[in-house]
Amino acid sequence: MAAKESAVETIDDGIAEPGIEPGASSETMLVTTDSFDEYEQEMSSSIDGDRQMKESTGSTISEIQEDSTQDIPISASPQESGKTLSLDDAEMDDVAHRLGQSNIDGDPLRCKAWLAQKKHIFILSQAGKPIYSRYSSEDKLVTVMGVMQALVSFVQAGSDMIRSVHAGDTNFVFVVKGPLILVAVSKTLESVPQLTLQLTYVYNQIISVLTQSQLNRVYDQRRNFDLRRLLTGSERLIDHLLNFMDREPAFFLGAIKCLPLLPSMRSSITQTIIQTCAKIKNLVFAILLANNQLVTLVRMNKFFLHPMDLHIIQNLVDSSESLKTAESWTPICLPKFDSNGYMHGHVSYLSEDCQACLLLLTVDRDVFFVLSDAKQKIVEKLRRTNCLEAINESMNKPTITTADIGLPDMRHVLYKCKSTAQFWNPGFQPPYTTDEEIERLLGLYQCLHHRLHSPSRPLKLIFQQLDKETMLAWVASGFELYVTFEPLVTKPDAIEAVSKLLKWIKKEEERLFILNSPTF
Amino acid sequence: MKTIEGKVVLLGSQGVGKTSLIGRYIGNFDNVSPTIGASFFNCKLNLGDMKIKLHVWDTAGQERFRSMAPMYYRNANAAMLVFDLTQYNSFAAIKGWVKELQQNVEDTMVLAVIGNKSDLHQRQVDGEEGQKYATSIGATYHEISVLHNEGVETVFLAIAKGLLRMVSDNTDITSVKIFDSSSFFNGDGMPLLPSVEESPQNTSIAHGILEKPFTCC
Repeated sequence: MAAKESAVETIDDGIAEPGIEPGASSETMLVTTDSFDEYEQEMSSSIDGDRQMKESTGSTISEIQEDSTQDIPISASPQESGKTLSLDDAEMDDVAHRLGQSNIDGDPLRCKAWLAQKKHIFILSQAGKPIYSRYSSEDKLVTVMGVMQALVSFVQAGSDMIRSVHAGDTNFVFVVKGPLILVAVSKTLESVPQLTLQLTYVYNQIISVLTQSQLNRVYDQRRNFDLRRLLTGSERLIDHLLNFMDREPAFFLGAIKCLPLLPSMRSSITQTIIQTCAKIKNLVFAILLANNQLVTLVRMNKFFLHPMDLHIIQNLVDSSESLKTAESWTPICLPKFDSNGYMHGHVSYLSEDCQACLLLLTVDRDVFFVLSDAKQKIVEKLRRTNCLEAINESMNKPTITTADIGLPDMRHVLYKCKSTAQFWNPGFQPPYTTDEEIERLLGLYQCLHHRLHSPSRPLKLIFQQLDKETMLAWVASGFELYVTFEPLVTKPDAIEAVSKLLKWIKKEEERLFILNSPTF
Repeated sequence: MKTIEGKVVLLGSQGVGKTSLIGRYIGNFDNVSPTIGASFFNCKLNLGDMKIKLHVWDTAGQERFRSMAPMYYRNANAAMLVFDLTQYNSFAAIKGWVKELQQNVEDTMVLAVIGNKSDLHQRQVDGEEGQKYATSIGATYHEISVLHNEGVETVFLAIAKGLLRMVSDNTDITSVKIFDSSSFFNGDGMPLLPSVEESPQNTSIAHGILEKPFTCC
């Protein structure tokens, strides 16, 4: 393992706060968070997580709806909060019985390829019913999930909460949320907080499909409900999300990447959307995505979008081919915005010749045709003002690399601007051209990220010489920076390259980031 | 030349091929992902000297969307009830949909019962049974293969013919829009909302007939 042989040193004296914060802005349309907020919430919510969840019935959506024609079911009172689970004898017998039967045909537990997978994700109900498994059909895993449920409820019986189990190079991470148990079994270098964050994302994906209140309701009615009935067709969203998180730094950074555009073009697009939609009541967000990057986001005054919700939207768009061929009217719950109600999204691609996806999210379920008209008008105006062309051009242009910027020692970088929750990264260049190498690099970034943000001993600066590269990670007051250098780079050269890079980003900030926060 | 506009809703269990069917018809047949919520399509076809415009709502088949269906079949003039010939359950589900429509839609509706995947051999639904059921509810019956593009056109033609007949038989049907092309500016007709607003005609007592006649073509 590379990390073990490396020399870690802090170089506080060698690098000073740069005095610039590229991409910083006092206006932001996204909720800014630290990526570990989720984890800390998770930790503090601990045992009475159930109660907290049930108490959060304040609905943003109904707040927006002036005439509350839509009934948003309010979840049950926190009556069962103190309940702990125990395995009674009958259940124990059942588990034992099932364990005895584990050597049936096609048992994934006997399949080498299955066992060798680097990161398994399982979802089960608190009653132990399998809901999802990343790499095999979940109903073949009844016994394993039984063990997981037993572990969770055994610890719960002692008014405690199981977090993780470490065995050799494998981490078992548990998240118990509402009526669900989510488990990651990972051989990757990702830390427990990072895996917890990923499980939280998976949970939010389920909420996004069902809403918190519906999820609670079905389990309140029947503890051994088979959730797969309600999730059919959504497994692919979870599959896609998990792969997405493996190759996108956006998730652990808690940030959004923008499509690089000339500021004048971006503002013209934004103004077009604002002007066309200004009179539409109850429109909360208009989001334009291209290549999974944000082109623009217009929001209703007072309301902000959480990056986590935007990631869930990106996952939906990226995994649904069928959105490309038609106008869709899609109910979507944004867990951070309001976990108890659906927003209605008019989702469509701008045109055949411009594959950017426009989402108009409203709380009003009857305005499809109003939004459909608005979309037509937006596209016409964007076409007339050459904005479609500009979007296409940016989508088709190969991403700039650090070599293009004139930084030969620097191979790759992640730059996150804290105040706007946006990040930027250049294109990958050799040796990071294969999937394995890219994954390895992201793994290294995640290690650095974890060490910077480690709850027990956070660091400000890391300079680390590894076998194949030298890495630098730095948390300044306004940004986070993760840089990959050639392995033999000297410290002064690295520092010089970093300050050159920051100057370049500063110079380009208006193109790379969205620095204002437009509202309807 | 006259133009007729009608709202059509596609109903049926998940995975029976609703999105593929409409996709095939408008020439966008591809491997589709499950529909989330619903998708909207406009189709135009000509019947003799009549222009027919169909506003088609393709609904999602998953159970979790079931409660949203009324939004889409309300005020619909026609329903395509799609099932999978190799899944008896999906055929049984059609009966549930028909009951729901009969209880909730007051206007007459053109119905088509459509068995998809005739290219597969593990058939579970007998053609005669399907035909018999379709006749009993006053619907047309079709067995098609979206994969091989067999019978797709026929389904849409049948719907169009049904609408035409419904209009000529029943002059008081107001939810189907009829325009003279000379006065009708294409694309500017008020779309048929999937909305709670109902045109006053639908709420009138005159339409509260207990027996709901379904037009057959």
